[in-house]
Amino acid sequence: MDNLGELLHGFTIAVTLPHLALMVVGVLLGILVGVLPGLGAPNGVSLLLPLTFGMQPVSAIILLSCMYWGALFGGSVTSILFNIPGEPSSVATTFDGYPMARDGRPTTALATAFGSAAFGALVGVILITFLASWVAQVALAFGPAEYFAVYFLAFASFVGMGGGAPIKTVVALAIGFAIAAIGIDTVSGSVRLTMGVDELVKGVNFVVAVMGLFGIGELLVAVEEEFHARAVSSKIDWREVFRAVGRLPRHSIALLRSAAIGCWMGITPGGPTAASFMSYGIARRFSRRGRYFGTGEVEGIISPETADHAAGTSALLPMLSLGIPGSATAAVMMGGLMIWGLNPGPMLFVDQKDFVWGLIASMYVGNIVAVALVLLTVPVFAALMRIPFVIIAPLIVIICVVGAYSVSNSYLDVVMMLGFGIVGYLFKKLFYPLAPLVLAIVIGDKAEDAFRQSMLMSRGSLGIFFANKLVTCLVVAGIALLLLPLVLQLAHLFRKPAPSTDETTTQATARQKVTI
Amino acid sequence: MGRTSTLLLSAAAAMLAGTMPALSAWQPQKPIEFVATAGPGGGTDNIARAVQNIITKYKLTEQPIVVVNKGGGSGAEGYVYGKASAGDPYKVIFGTSNAWQQPLVSKVAFNYTDLTPVAAMAQDEFLLWVKQDAPYKTAGDYLKAAASGEFKMGGAQSKDTDEVLTRMIEKTGHVKLTYIPFKSGAETAVQLAGGHLDSHVNNPSESLGQWRGGTQRPLCVFSPKRLPKGPKITATEGWSDVPTCAEQGLDIKQYEQPRTVWLPGKVTPDQAAFYVDLMKKVQATPEWKDYIEKTSQVDTFLTGAELDKFIKDDLEHLKQVAAEQGWLIK
Repeated sequence: MDNLGELLHGFTIAVTLPHLALMVVGVLLGILVGVLPGLGAPNGVSLLLPLTFGMQPVSAIILLSCMYWGALFGGSVTSILFNIPGEPSSVATTFDGYPMARDGRPTTALATAFGSAAFGALVGVILITFLASWVAQVALAFGPAEYFAVYFLAFASFVGMGGGAPIKTVVALAIGFAIAAIGIDTVSGSVRLTMGVDELVKGVNFVVAVMGLFGIGELLVAVEEEFHARAVSSKIDWREVFRAVGRLPRHSIALLRSAAIGCWMGITPGGPTAASFMSYGIARRFSRRGRYFGTGEVEGIISPETADHAAGTSALLPMLSLGIPGSATAAVMMGGLMIWGLNPGPMLFVDQKDFVWGLIASMYVGNIVAVALVLLTVPVFAALMRIPFVIIAPLIVIICVVGAYSVSNSYLDVVMMLGFGIVGYLFKKLFYPLAPLVLAIVIGDKAEDAFRQSMLMSRGSLGIFFANKLVTCLVVAGIALLLLPLVLQLAHLFRKPAPSTDETTTQATARQKVTI
Repeated sequence: MGRTSTLLLSAAAAMLAGTMPALSAWQPQKPIEFVATAGPGGGTDNIARAVQNIITKYKLTEQPIVVVNKGGGSGAEGYVYGKASAGDPYKVIFGTSNAWQQPLVSKVAFNYTDLTPVAAMAQDEFLLWVKQDAPYKTAGDYLKAAASGEFKMGGAQSKDTDEVLTRMIEKTGHVKLTYIPFKSGAETAVQLAGGHLDSHVNNPSESLGQWRGGTQRPLCVFSPKRLPKGPKITATEGWSDVPTCAEQGLDIKQYEQPRTVWLPGKVTPDQAAFYVDLMKKVQATPEWKDYIEKTSQVDTFLTGAELDKFIKDDLEHLKQVAAEQGWLIK
């Protein structure tokens, strides 16, 4: 166990007083930028970057990575309390986190989210510790065709396992693809779908779309229904924080499954967003309480949070060993590495052992520091839910407007955000699912690039998607998921004429109820 | 009251400037915004932040500097923003040669003539890279093997510097390459390491880590002479050991990408002169030398007529390639 020795050496670097102090500072700053509208982890880390130029690389990366962990946790807070996800990967947390908080259980929702997130991160770090060299090899096997296959699998799992009618999921995906296509196209270099608006050349930013779809959209529905006109009387109970964390082991299957999905998507470059969505979709299908998902189920929070953090953590490995940043924040940190005079790449693990293992050790300690700090703040955040709706509603509008504006100081973004608010409202009223729309906006153009790169490579032959075992498995699994709803319906039709198979019919109808 | 104080302030500033002839006539009176026409972490973002850091450290101006990223649309977002800020001397745009290349090949809503050129501060070199275990040792071997017409060349973006160079290689070397665009040079380097591509033309910093790690190696550099001597990258070789492409029979003598600095259009000559002077001061610091060395770039400084000539020459050349490829927009 070479790696174990290295890790212990890493701990001697990470666990020193100045580094622990840096971790606390980083995590606190991270929570702050995670909770504040429109700032987010990538911006926070870039603001802090110039301060680190004079520091030792290890100290600098510890500060920045801890800020990242803090921001990830902070982002879950706004997802759960206000239905405004700060990062693409915390969108899935809103599905059950927000209903649960609205239901008067914000403490439980937050504590569950933080606990499972910490578990996911821990599994991710353990994976990095023991499989560093193997993991780097897996990521190398991913060419454009394999990338496309992973994205395809993520989309297909939504059609096959998502909650809504499959056809509505497909419609939502298609609208998302169209929005993702706005701006400059990587493969042809030409400008698409800007409809004469010069500024649209930059494309549609995810934060703008999500703030509108979720923040404003939900608000419109709430105003119409006068549902939230009263404050939620949430009891602030310290013991509930620990009780919620203590209850986590009961959901060990969901935890382990989600961690596995997260690690797999983190190593293969699917990323945390695809991981959290897939994990949620699969949990909905396999959980015994799957039909209650979307109303504030504990496993509906555990699944996306665990997978998100497992993927986010294990995605740091491809960044260090290959130089592929798994997220916007990782990209900023990579820029930092270059300025500190380190070059991400296969040699980093050989040349800069102190740096790499110091960072990995700090991921263990930093996540513990982060989860301790956020759990302490749970009652404070939960208290926010006691504010009456008449006060919180304008606040949400302000958060969304400021957030959308601060993405790139542009009024167009504010207008688009409000437009997305109306789209979100219509989707809710017509029972179209928002999740596939968001997923397509976030990874739609990556999937398109990968598909067209594959086509360039194979000169237009689809055979490239069956060229080796890896890509064939991924594509076949995707197609199977895509056809699942069709097969289920056909089976249902065939069995209907025969009344003797009473049991299977009820089963099929039960299943149909779930999909509705 | 507000107006009077502004007047007083500017009068004071004018007097101050008058008493210090060493300084340019114009001095900034409010915070300056550095606009990087790339996302956080890229080469253009790095240079903007390095310059910001040096200016702050040496207090080269009294005003604070903020870096903002406007990298949407392969940088077009930042240039369009610069065009919209005409007359505003508090916006400094950091870009590359795509300021004049992009308007030529895609329908973006700006042209480099909408901006005021300040300087070209550093130049990135291009090299021809192949996978470590590829059989060819020289550019000549590579071209012979590429004659089969099956070779896949990767690069960052479409119809941008990498693809232009690829088309030049095709023409000079009499081969046909399939060009596959990716989002960035780093991504392209990983695709080559995984064996999904046959070659790419990355800048030194984009493939430095991969070269050290033994996943890929440079065949030749597109430069009139070998790169300056520096520390060894692998056990045996450094940048200066890489032969020039012309030396090896691939006759492209010079191809490089400048890092450019712009102001919005319609600023006064005084204001432009202030920033030229500021960038010159930045370039004289040891931190700048350090930045150049760490990112393996070449230190140059073009401004005024020299810069104009550089842009015109590059544009002429690009027009020719773009016309041959049918890229020119109508």
